[in-house]
Amino acid sequence: MSLNRILTISGLFALMLLAGDPAWAAGAIEGEVTKQPVNLSAISMFVIFVCITLGITYWAARRTKSAKDFYTAGGGITGFQNGLAIAGDYMSAATLLGLSGLVFAKGYDGFVYSIGFLVGWPIILFMMAERLRNLGKFTFADICSFRLQQTPIRSLAASGALSVVVLYLIAQMVGAGKLIQLLFGLDYAYAVVLVGIMMMVYVTFGGMIATTWVQIIKACLLLFGGTFMVVMAMSQFGFNFEALATKATEVHKSGISLMAPGGLLADPVSAISLGLALMFGTAGLPHILMRFFTVTDAKEARKSVFYATGFIGYFFMVVCTMGLCAIVIVGTDSSFYDAAGKLLGGGNMAAMHLAQAVGGDLFFGFISAVAFATILAVVSGLALAGASAISHDLYASVFKKGKATEQQEIRVSRIATICLGLLAIVLGIAFEKQNIAFMVGLAFGIAGSANFPVLILSMYWKGLTTRGAFIGGFIGLLTALILVILSPTIWVSIFGFEEAIFPYNHPALFSMTTAFLAIYVFSKLDNSEQARKEADLFDSQSVRSQTGVGAEGASAH
Amino acid sequence: MSEHIYERIKKDPRFSDLQKRRGRFALILSILVLTVYYGFIMVVAFAPEKLATPLAEGMTTSIGIPIGAAIIILAWLSTGIYVRRANSEFDSLNKQIVEDASK
Repeated sequence: MSLNRILTISGLFALMLLAGDPAWAAGAIEGEVTKQPVNLSAISMFVIFVCITLGITYWAARRTKSAKDFYTAGGGITGFQNGLAIAGDYMSAATLLGLSGLVFAKGYDGFVYSIGFLVGWPIILFMMAERLRNLGKFTFADICSFRLQQTPIRSLAASGALSVVVLYLIAQMVGAGKLIQLLFGLDYAYAVVLVGIMMMVYVTFGGMIATTWVQIIKACLLLFGGTFMVVMAMSQFGFNFEALATKATEVHKSGISLMAPGGLLADPVSAISLGLALMFGTAGLPHILMRFFTVTDAKEARKSVFYATGFIGYFFMVVCTMGLCAIVIVGTDSSFYDAAGKLLGGGNMAAMHLAQAVGGDLFFGFISAVAFATILAVVSGLALAGASAISHDLYASVFKKGKATEQQEIRVSRIATICLGLLAIVLGIAFEKQNIAFMVGLAFGIAGSANFPVLILSMYWKGLTTRGAFIGGFIGLLTALILVILSPTIWVSIFGFEEAIFPYNHPALFSMTTAFLAIYVFSKLDNSEQARKEADLFDSQSVRSQTGVGAEGASAH
Repeated sequence: MSEHIYERIKKDPRFSDLQKRRGRFALILSILVLTVYYGFIMVVAFAPEKLATPLAEGMTTSIGIPIGAAIIILAWLSTGIYVRRANSEFDSLNKQIVEDASK
């Protein structure tokens, strides 16, 4: 009894420590009020999702014949489909649960975050979308190495891509394990293994075709589920936002300050650094960049950003409204709190409790299944991006010097997918009890400080040389990594030192500047014959990137 | 073969015109989005109380709410504006240039 009480009080922390044992974990999650060991409606709805997506994978596997089918779904996806798939790739379970949880706890600050996550998209469209489509084939390294030397640049791009993929995968796997434990009443390890296996099945057999459709279905489910939840919740306020705001500020402990930015982004350096990481990190995420190679041409590439921005922006507004509704509907209902006054399952469960409150058990089950499906879709995209960096960049270009056959390359990427899946399972279990809050931030930091600078300069700057890109890119990657290690999240929270050596949690402002500077300086210092040749190739690259002449076409099906 | 096409396109005055117009259009929109977003972040960092102003006398909803929503909608509209012009005006010019160069 007393043990149970301690567990209840320590909330999520206890859950992290004791999650290995389901009986203890159940006590920690659900407290003494409600005990829901296994959530049957959620599990049955999730099984339906799995059956449908496996059917699609079977269908996709029969259509996946060439490397082009495997990596880019044959390049024949329309802008609308790709927009949905991008949205499906980008809106993770962290968005649904974390963002609504942030609004639930801090109000307006959560809204500020969501805006940062969105504004990168217009910039990607204006600066990159059509050039990505016109220059790229399977990976963003195709573009970086277009006129530079293959071996060093592809090694650099693959390092950047794989670092981002692995960090992101760990964060998703740990999140999946915890979430499934909470929602389905399953053991952490089973959940991680299940996610890993599903991901391997989708990607190995169905390649990009299956991944795309899993993402599209998941995006539709998420948009539908979110809309339904907000409509049901808003109906309690007569669809009047002012009524909701008044009620929320009355019941929340922060009161009226819910309606304005609080302490989360008070320090301007952190605010700008985070803004840069969110904006340009997005433009360096390998699984997002890869989506641009799946559409027919530059026209569709542009359209896909328009649709994706619309869906993502809409969803962010829905999620923030959800968080505000949860303040009133969940926050005033004591059945969602344990004896110690903590929200059951932790602060990130606000959206799930809201689903229960406005839609009952069935809808709660549906949203649980959607959250799980969301994780599956995101990890599949990541696995495919990681596998293509291994097979297309490292194996085919670096080791085989472009002499690998298409069948060999596909085989290697399937093996790579299985290896990544196993690695994700092992790391997911290993990091179960670790603080993983820094991982997504670090992934964005590396994406923005290594992948993005090399990619954007290779498109726009004639003076970029192999040496500059290689040295500068690695300097960017290492700077991001080292600064995160020295930051409060790792240095203080994990290593337990008194004070952080680097005071900011988001390194982007510093690591991006360092990367751009290093690339510039080392390119300028490069007077080699090779550098001159590379500059000469820029004009042809520039014409191709803007007109699409010579770009990869769609394969006929 | 394609090298010759690239040479011809590069010499075509319409190509440099396209490059200039599309580049300027993309730049203006980028600056617009960046200014609005970082302007907003500056207000969040330096003058958060400004966003706390009630929308109207006696209301709870602060002006920060519609301003945030407006930034999201503006970001989306700016993509729509770019796509509309790029997929019609710029693409048809592009098509002419490429067709003439391929002859």
